[in-house]
Amino acid sequence: MKQTIFTITENVPLTATVYKMMLAGDTDGIATGQFVNILLDGLYLRRPISVCDCQGDTLTLVYKVVGKGTAQMAAMTAGQTLDVLTGLGNGYDLSKAGDKPLLLGGGVGVPPLYMLARQLREQGKAVSVVLGFNTKDEVFYEQEFKALGCDVTVTTADGSHGVKGFVTDALPADYSYFYTCGPEPMLKAVYRATVTSGQFSFEERMGCGFGACMGCSCKVITGYKRICKDGPVLEKGEILWDA
Amino acid sequence: MGRLSVNLCGIEIDNPIIPASGTFGFGYEFAELYDINILGTFSFKGTTKDPRFGNPTPRIAECTAGMINAVGLQNPGVDKVIAEELPKLKKCFHKPVMANVSGFAIEDYAYTCEKLDKEEQVGWLEVNVSCPNVHGGGMSFGTSPEAAAEVVKAVKAVTTKPVIVKLSPNVTDIVAIAKACEVAGADGISLINTLLGMRIDLKTKKPVIANKMGGFSGPAIFPVAVRMVYQVAHAVNIPVVGMGGVSTAEDVIEMMLAGATAVEIGAANLVDPYACEKIIRDLPAAMDRYGITNLKDIIGGIQ
Repeated sequence: MKQTIFTITENVPLTATVYKMMLAGDTDGIATGQFVNILLDGLYLRRPISVCDCQGDTLTLVYKVVGKGTAQMAAMTAGQTLDVLTGLGNGYDLSKAGDKPLLLGGGVGVPPLYMLARQLREQGKAVSVVLGFNTKDEVFYEQEFKALGCDVTVTTADGSHGVKGFVTDALPADYSYFYTCGPEPMLKAVYRATVTSGQFSFEERMGCGFGACMGCSCKVITGYKRICKDGPVLEKGEILWDA
Repeated sequence: MGRLSVNLCGIEIDNPIIPASGTFGFGYEFAELYDINILGTFSFKGTTKDPRFGNPTPRIAECTAGMINAVGLQNPGVDKVIAEELPKLKKCFHKPVMANVSGFAIEDYAYTCEKLDKEEQVGWLEVNVSCPNVHGGGMSFGTSPEAAAEVVKAVKAVTTKPVIVKLSPNVTDIVAIAKACEVAGADGISLINTLLGMRIDLKTKKPVIANKMGGFSGPAIFPVAVRMVYQVAHAVNIPVVGMGGVSTAEDVIEMMLAGATAVEIGAANLVDPYACEKIIRDLPAAMDRYGITNLKDIIGGIQ
């Protein structure tokens, strides 16, 4: 964990509610699948946002406006600074990917898969990506994943773009391992529909974001884990639903 | 002894800064960031007789200048705390630690305190009487002078370490409870625990917290805490540890003027993990600004 002041270099909407923010600063120690925790004016608790990408001194966050904190972020402009805690959480473990990893993202669960996809592609893996959204207007990052050389399928619940249905309706026949992030109903469906082991990234309301307050604990097969410190990524084999 | 040192129930501490229970775990997360030996001490995660997972999530809600938590005393139980947490802590913290204890029956408190009494690393026992008494209709021990005194007597019977009773502000007369604890043998009083609070999500029309209600903390409660510390400190003759929304060196000085011998820092640690380090660093300059030579001289110094 590290406390860093980042400078916003870009903050643009990708859809009506999803924004991409690029920040410049000390990105040392940020790993794939981790999150950062952002201090915002007039709000007490920091806001945890997943890392979409991190290259050189540039940190990319893709976030959805869901409340006061993210609305404040959306209104910020290049040149403004943010107090950010980085290097938070246990991210994705790339070593288990095998040759043909599958990435399954739903809605605002898509961003943390981007850095993972990029790194898996850099390792020469054949990466399949299935991105699920409600409707055509909510789709983002389809081209970005394609540009990495991933085999990309988009699903929409209303069929307005790509395959009609959910990510689990578009699973490829053959994959070596999977990584997923999305809303809990989707994660449960992925848990049931997948045939290999894999890793799930979870979301929870957090207090501190670094393991001190026990605000985001969940039960797992071996006891309990803190989503912020031991997660957000958990292995399929340790998950207990309805914890 | 330095300008910041104070004596807390017979133990001299380098400064009055004590991270509050539940906001500092067992110290390791913070030991990765700074040398936690700079602290006066810290109060470790509330420990009970048996392991507890705590409440369902969400356990946390944002508030104006504060937060609500309903963690529900998640902890591994006293046996595991002694077998696993204290040995790990020994590697990064070399001062006496404050052991925070909770219970749901008088016997639970006695059991847990008796075990922790044997641990050399433990300097003080901080007994949280805000938990519901399962044998007493679920009313918190801390809401009646008699029940609080019973807990103190039971704990004092099994330990020679100083016993600091942590009081709930959710009562009609906190002074009467503090006095009852003093008469029962308490060596100190710490206050205030969190204020009972609640938030409702406008979209779902449901409580934000799964437990519906939780403990409200943060800068918003600081004036309530100063007032209660002042009232209690002027009514008892044992040291008072002040807490509730303390976030800066100035807040520490204000708490001590109100009557606190030492000051616990809670929610601030969660927002800024370096909060206590910064407060300790800022204290000498803040003291200079207000003409304070030694912190111990201003305890209860309100005019």
